[in-house]
Order: sequence, then C-alpha cells, then structure tokens
Amino acid sequence: MNLTLLLQLAISGFLLGGVYSLIALGLSLIFGVMRVINFAHGEMMVWGMYVAYTILVWTGIDPFFSFLVSAVILFILGYLLQRTVVNRILDFPEAMQVLPLIGMAMVFENSARIIWGPDYISPQSKFALSSLSLGDIMIDTPRFMAFSLAIIITIIVLLFLKKTDMGKSIRAAADNRTGALLVGTDVNKVYAVCFGIGTACVGAAGGLLVPIMPLSPHIGAPFTLISFIIVILGGMGSLTGAMVGGLIIGVAESIGPELITNLFHGVGLDLDFPHTMKQVVSFFILIVIMILRPQGLFGGKKG
Amino acid sequence: MKRLYVFLLIGLLILLVLPKFLDSYVLGIFIMIFFYAYLGQSWNILTGYTGVISLGHSIYVGVGAYMTFLLTLTLGLSPWIGMWIGGIAAGLIGLVIGYFGFRFGMKGVYFVLLTISFAEIGRLIVLHLKVFGSFQGLFITPQFSFANFQFKENTPYYYIALGYVIFSLIVVRLLERSKIGRYLVALREDEDAAESLGVDVFKYKMIAIFISAFMTSLAGAFYTNYLYYLHPGTMMSMGFSIEIILRPIIGGMGTVLGPVIGSFLITPLAELSRSYFAKAGYEGLHLVIYGFLLVAVVLFFPRGVISYIKKALKPVLSGLK
Amino acid sequence: MGFVIWDLEFETGGFRLSLLELKGVSKNFGGLKAVNQVSLDLEEGEILGIIGPNGAGKTTLFNIITGFYKPDGGEIRFERENLIGLKPHQICHKGMVRTFQIVKPFLQLTALENVVIAALNRTKNVQEATSRALKTIEFLGLKDKADTLATGLTLPHRKRLELARALATEPKLILLDEVMAGLTPTEVDELIRLLKEVNEKGITILLIEHVMRGVMALSKRVIVLNYGEKIAEGVPEEVVKDRQVIEAYLGEEFGNAES
Repeated sequence: MNLTLLLQLAISGFLLGGVYSLIALGLSLIFGVMRVINFAHGEMMVWGMYVAYTILVWTGIDPFFSFLVSAVILFILGYLLQRTVVNRILDFPEAMQVLPLIGMAMVFENSARIIWGPDYISPQSKFALSSLSLGDIMIDTPRFMAFSLAIIITIIVLLFLKKTDMGKSIRAAADNRTGALLVGTDVNKVYAVCFGIGTACVGAAGGLLVPIMPLSPHIGAPFTLISFIIVILGGMGSLTGAMVGGLIIGVAESIGPELITNLFHGVGLDLDFPHTMKQVVSFFILIVIMILRPQGLFGGKKG
Repeated sequence: MKRLYVFLLIGLLILLVLPKFLDSYVLGIFIMIFFYAYLGQSWNILTGYTGVISLGHSIYVGVGAYMTFLLTLTLGLSPWIGMWIGGIAAGLIGLVIGYFGFRFGMKGVYFVLLTISFAEIGRLIVLHLKVFGSFQGLFITPQFSFANFQFKENTPYYYIALGYVIFSLIVVRLLERSKIGRYLVALREDEDAAESLGVDVFKYKMIAIFISAFMTSLAGAFYTNYLYYLHPGTMMSMGFSIEIILRPIIGGMGTVLGPVIGSFLITPLAELSRSYFAKAGYEGLHLVIYGFLLVAVVLFFPRGVISYIKKALKPVLSGLK
Repeated sequence: MGFVIWDLEFETGGFRLSLLELKGVSKNFGGLKAVNQVSLDLEEGEILGIIGPNGAGKTTLFNIITGFYKPDGGEIRFERENLIGLKPHQICHKGMVRTFQIVKPFLQLTALENVVIAALNRTKNVQEATSRALKTIEFLGLKDKADTLATGLTLPHRKRLELARALATEPKLILLDEVMAGLTPTEVDELIRLLKEVNEKGITILLIEHVMRGVMALSKRVIVLNYGEKIAEGVPEEVVKDRQVIEAYLGEEFGNAES
C-alpha cells in the first residue's frame, strides 16, 4: 500500500470535504429548522456554479471572489422559494412534501440546461493549474482555496446564528416552533431567511467548486444525496456534525476506493474498486450509521 | 358503486378496441401510460397502502430487467418464465432492504434514504459490470417472437401492458379486501394502535415490501424487450424512481384507481410536451414545465386528484342510484 | 408444590385465578425511575383501578405490561406465562389488549373498518371478522356511525370506537387508559354501565382513571401510584381516605398552584 498516495488522496479529499461541509451546513439548517427535505439542494448549488462561471466569462473575475455573488443570488432564490412553495407544504405528509421540491429541482436543473447548454464546461480559473507542495505531497491550490474560503464562510454563518438576533430566532424556531410563535417571532420570515441562508451556503459552495470540477446542469443530484448523507452522519440539527461529516465523507470518498482495491488485491481478488464508484462508499457509511447510531455522530435525541 | 364498475367496464372495452383506430405513435403513448400505471400501482402497495415511503423502486425494475436478460442469455429462458425468477430475486432484495429498515426502526427520511442508497449502490455496481455493457449499456438485437417477448408492432405491447395494468388492479383490489391488506392500511394509519390490536408490524411490512418489489420487477422484463436497450441510467436511476412515484402520488395514493388516473394525466403530458418542445428546439423546457406542474398539482391537490374526482362525482354517482 | 396452581382468596372465600401478576416491576429513563418496584395481583373477573397524580407512571406501567417498553427489572405473568420480551401483538393474541390515553383511531377508515381490523385478531376470514365487528359496534351503540370515517367522529364517539376495537380482539383482560377523560357526566354514566356489562361477560378490567366517580363505581380494588411507586392498595372507599394518598393528590394541587 502506497502510503504517500493514500495521504495525498486523503488530503485532497479532506479539502473537498470542506466544501461538502458548507453544502451540508446549508441543508442542516433547512432540515433542522423546517424539517423539510430540500431535494433541490444540489441543483441550486449548480446554479451557484453557473452564476460564478458567467461572471468569470463576462468580467474575468475569479470565482474565488464571485462566489459571494452566487451566495447572494441563491439567498434571494431560496428566500422566494420558501415563501412561495415551501411554506405551504410544511404541514403536508412527507410523501407530498417530496414532490414539489423534486419539481423545483427539475426546474433548476433544466432551466440551467436551457440557459447554459447541456455540455460539460471547464472554465479556466487563474489558479486552476497551480499547486503547492508539502514535501512529497502535492496540494491542489484551487482545492486549498476552496477549503479555506468554505471554512471561513462556515464560521461566519455559525457566528451569525449565535450572535445576531435573527440567528437566535432561527435557532429558537428550530428548537420549538410553537414557543417561537408564542414569543411573537414572525416565523414565516424566520423560515424564509433560514432557507435563504441555507441556499446561500450552497450557492457559495457552488462558486468555490467552479475551479475544481467541470460544470454541467446534471451534476446536482449526487450533491443533494451527499449532503443528506453528511447531515445524517453528523447528526440532524447539529451544525458541527455537518462540518465534521463533510470532512469525513470527503476523505472517505477519496481514499475509500483505493483502500478497498488494496483489500481486494490483498485477499487475492483480481478486482478493482473504481473511483467512479466512490459514492458507494458514502452510501455504505450512511447505511451503517443509520443502523448503528441513527442520531448521527453529534446528534442529540434519537432519530 | 355498481355504477363505477359499469363505467370501468365501458372504459376497458374502449381500451380493448382502441388499437384498431390509433397509429403507432399514439399507441406508444398508451403503452407508456399503462407501463407507468402498473409501476405506480406496484409502488402503491408499499407506500400508498402501508405508508412506507420508498424512493428507490427503480432497483426492482432493474433487477427484473437484468435478471430476465441474463437468464435469456445464459439459459435461453424465455422472459415469460425468467421474469418470475427475477421477481423472486427482486422480492428478496426488498426483504433485505426491509430487514435493515424495519428491524432497526428506520422511518420517514431515514427509510427513504435507505431505499435511495440501495438503489444507487445497485445502479453503480451494474454500471461497472462488463457483462451488462458497463457505461454504454446494452443494445439488444430483437428476434421477434412471442416466446422472446419481442414484437415488431406496438399493438402486442399495448395489449400486454394493458394486461399488466389489469393484473395489478386485481392484485390491489384483492389485497384491499383481505386480512393482509387491511392490516397494511392499519399500519399506515397508526402503527402503535395496530400493534396493540394484534398486528405483527415487522411481518406485515416485510410482506408489503416483498409483494411490491416482486410486482415492480415484473415490469422490467417488459421494459427491456420494448426498448431493446438495457442501461442502469434508464432502468435503475433516481430519475426513474421519481417517475414511478409521480403518477400515484398525483393520482391518489392508497387507492385502486389513483395510479391509473395519475398515469393517464401525467404520461401524455410528459410525452407530448417532450416532443413538442424538442421540435421547437427547446430541449429540456418540457422538464421545466413538468417541474412547475408537479409543484402546482401538489399545492392544489394535496390529497391526490382522485379525492377531488370522488367529491365531484359523488352527486353524479349517488344521484343515479 | 405442583398442586398449588391457584392463589387462595381467603377474604372472599373462593378460589380465583390470578390473571395478571406483577412482581417488582421497574423502569428507568435515564436517571428517572418512572416505575419503581411495582407489584400487583389481578384476579380473573375483577375490576382493578389504578389512580395517582399526573406523571405517577401509570401509563408507563401500561406500556410495560403490554410490551411497548421493556422493564428494567421485575416479573410480569399473564395466566402464569411470562410476558417480558413479548411484543405487543403477541400479547394481544394471548388475550390482553389496551386502549390509549390519547385515542388512536385509524382516521382514514370507517368505524366499522377500524373494528374489523381488531376482529381479525381471532379470525382470518374477513366476512367473519366483519360480522363480529358489527356486533361489537352495536354493543357500543355506534351502529349509526359504522360507515362514518373516524376523522368525522367526535371525541366521545372516538373513545367508544377505541373501546370497541379493544373488545373486538376478544380479550380476557382489557387495560383502559383514562377512557373517561373529557366526557360529560352523562357520557361517563353510560360508559360505567357499558363497562359493567363488559365485566359481566367475564372480561377482567384494569383501568387507569382520574374520573373518581368511575373509579368508585367500577373498581373492586384500587391501587395508588405516586412517583412510580405503589403507595396504597385496597378497597376504593378506604384508599381515598388514606393519608399518603391525600397528600399525593394535594401535593399535585399545590404544585400546580405554585407554578
């Protein structure tokens, strides 16, 4: 087993995991407060990617700055989506909640397709091809920047939730909706802002991912699923859990295929676990967590 | 109620003679209507009647499709026989999923994600198997014969698909009136109350998922031999799972006719808007509209279309008694 | 020792089967002792009342007896057979059924369909179950509501439905959890009458109740729980005079007054 390779993969995955954490953070907020499964999460992230890409093409401004615009636009979209659609389905039975958001996912995905075309785009960012080195290990600069910015954004969001009035209202509404209503909180507004922040997080994450991976309208769905896996792994309602979970999944998807291939070879199987199957690792982790510790790593109450 | 049976019988007779008057393209739409009605009905057994939400039902179609194909390939077995074996295989997979879910008390989001996980794992595995064509999938060269389940014209497929639908309607109707069916509904309504009244929750949920998986997979044999194409992206994807659940939810879950009505409403819309917009050069626009449509229908018909139809037709049906 | 199969009741002078026996049953939640060393002996055919302030552990005790919770200690025997570890549906097959404090009707089903599900406990045949269910529905005076959806039933009717379902499982013992709560005095009287009839058919009743009139009218004996422990046991008239019992209830009143 090539330890340097493994370490390389682990670090690479860890850095990407930072962005995953940000995506999952958004979902954790939405699910934690409104108990709604945002099936459009990944597709909205893709919109964030396209916004940053468009700005890059029009003005040459690097996504590592324009992700902020993505965040703002996605905040607005999320706020509107919550006020028009999501608010109405909050008390629907689960099966009926799923459909409108799947519908919105289709809308986001296919409108992106109409606007930007169905093909994969790999925009050139200033940093795209550079890398840092740490001894034997090569660190992809875009990944490193994405990771750093993602962490900073996450901290800002956490501070917002802890220190500001709106943030406290959101946390209160998450804990106890009736109680929040009783003390006069405009719960609708709180929900909308919360949803907006959640989608702003994925918008920002999308912007950060532009230098790292090719864009296409259809790459959203796996991100929706991954963010769910992370939220459950970390513990529903736990923002720390979302962060830690993101890093774990990032690393797991990166080194998992390599480790498993080595395992196969080790027991004599002439079988490779291909990198294109890395999601299987995440799904497997999900199943194990749901069986052994359904409340997640940092979750409080059970289920 | 007897009025309803008369209407249904008339409807059936119309459907039986329709192929004489329709061209191949329209027949193709009807085939898809029946196909999705059948799938929706099979899903309905688990979700509409038992209240267990599954978003990974495409795995059962895939198992049915690939198993049938494999049996034809290796043993020369006709799909008419192979599909039952595929059904058992799918049922067993359903039991595995059910075991993990029900034994460990996974409900709601958790169970949904469990079903998605298995479906995605299945899809990814099949996607990497050379015997199934890996990323390209498999094109099947048809050898037209009844035994091969392969026909030149759409008409035979039409009648077979109709047969599937009728089969599923009979199964669900029988289930509704049986002890099993009633126990399943009790589980959906209130699990604790049901359990206190003697319903073995685990056992009956397992029965529900087995039947649902088994029936869903039978459609796999049909799909393979209609499309002449096997690809996990078609057969085992989340998109397909979503298409499966769409029609029964919109039509009305937990009812016999809901999935059928839902399919008659949604499928033509989907097909027609797809071809219309493709011609106009706006690929994907139909899906945007589809998406908005979903949102709108759920907002306006949260109980499914059929409950509104029932209300609207009530005076008609009872006034005629 | 093999001869002794009955508990002898010297006071009443007769031989009675001990239908349900609890010995030292306990249940903890985290650090809280919800039920602490509770023992009781329920004779076949009697009506035993369980009273006590809110939060005393009465419903928890029911949940334990009927298999919804597993006790942390103690024994539970029904007709001499151990119940611990059995699931609620198995316990129902054995002849013990319970109702819920907050009624749990199958909302999207009619009253009759609700009861049919219960009747299927004893027969596989749906037609047979339906005719038995109808009889139970008539017995509880719900005949004209038989085809009404449970969502459309008022609370008193839902309570009757809950009772009808329980009876349709053809139990030997029925556990009623505050079945009289929220009813008017007339409805309470009606229910007392019904329950006496049920008992006369040979069904043993264990009831949790706050409505004292019901407890007094029905119970042969009464047990008082407070903070998960049994603090008194005996005939109703004497138990209500017991100092500890009065304090337990008064304490509840003062507690409410202060908060």
